[in-house]
Amino acid sequence: MDWTPYIAGAGIGVLSWLAFLLSDRPLGCSTAYARASGMIERAVRGKAVLDRAYYKQFAPQVDWEVMLVLGIVLGAFATAFLTGEFALVWVPPTFEAAFGPSVPLRIAVALAGGVLMGIGARWAGGCTSGHGISGTLQMALSSWVAVVVFFTSGILSAFLLYGVWP
Amino acid sequence: MKDALKRLRRNAPVQLSLGLAMGVAFGACLQVAGVTRYDVIIGQLLLTDFTVVKVMLTAVAVGTLGVHLMRAAGLADLHIKPGSVGATVVGGAIFGAGFAVLGYCPGTVAGAVGSGALDALVGGVTGILIGAGIFSVLYPRLEASVLGLGKFPTATIPEVLHVNPRVVVVPLVLLIAAVLYALEYLGL
Repeated sequence: MDWTPYIAGAGIGVLSWLAFLLSDRPLGCSTAYARASGMIERAVRGKAVLDRAYYKQFAPQVDWEVMLVLGIVLGAFATAFLTGEFALVWVPPTFEAAFGPSVPLRIAVALAGGVLMGIGARWAGGCTSGHGISGTLQMALSSWVAVVVFFTSGILSAFLLYGVWP
Repeated sequence: MKDALKRLRRNAPVQLSLGLAMGVAFGACLQVAGVTRYDVIIGQLLLTDFTVVKVMLTAVAVGTLGVHLMRAAGLADLHIKPGSVGATVVGGAIFGAGFAVLGYCPGTVAGAVGSGALDALVGGVTGILIGAGIFSVLYPRLEASVLGLGKFPTATIPEVLHVNPRVVVVPLVLLIAAVLYALEYLGL
């Protein structure tokens, strides 16, 4: 059997201890995108963006979580580079097998999925990290509901998308 | 010890560095596990590859034991997110659809970018940023209507059941171990 998912999962569990102990916060990712989106829009459209009620709650500035997401990019890059897994890929193999090798199609689909995800993560107040791991390990009621809905909706959508009928 | 922790948690520059360092470790774990790959995530949602479930359940089991022990020792505080049917269930359903269409989540998409997935960078990250921006525009109207419908108590499951956390934590960890054992037994 392959122990890798368990070792990596345990690593994430230990990391969550450190986040609570040293930083007094749970691991989470989606707020970083809200802040980054606000920072980009502010740079393009000016300070009026900051008047939005949502950005009064989540100020568009670099915080711990923005650094965490930047760190994920760096950590995954270093690991992929060291293990020889780094590769520039436009269309993942499973997508290509089902929908063909078109790069514009894959980018359009990824963009649409990303928009839904960005809206949904902020609507639900968290993502697969903030609710799915950090919230559930705290035994938060809202997070257990969220993770069940994330995967139910995700499985149904994937089955529809790939034309799999149970 | 507790005063030193308080000072550390208030030290803003150190916290930014800690966030980056924890992110590097998180990204390394995601990459080693293989969950930065579209094929692995979509395989989980198509129920053909159970790597994502294995990683998440192991993280939750290890995490919940440590966090609850630290909490009992006064070294950690919980941060429970509020929720409601209108926010958590409706938003979660939208998130799940995005999860299947994109094939990454907000954390793994960052890892995928690091591993060289250009669809994650050009499509995924851009899309999530646009989606978050759209939500910030819709927020006042959603706040006044759907987000508050059917509010849940902002509480943990042990608090809702009025029991000691260990009454829920210990059986959950045993249940996770049993589920993971069953997955391996079935060869999934």
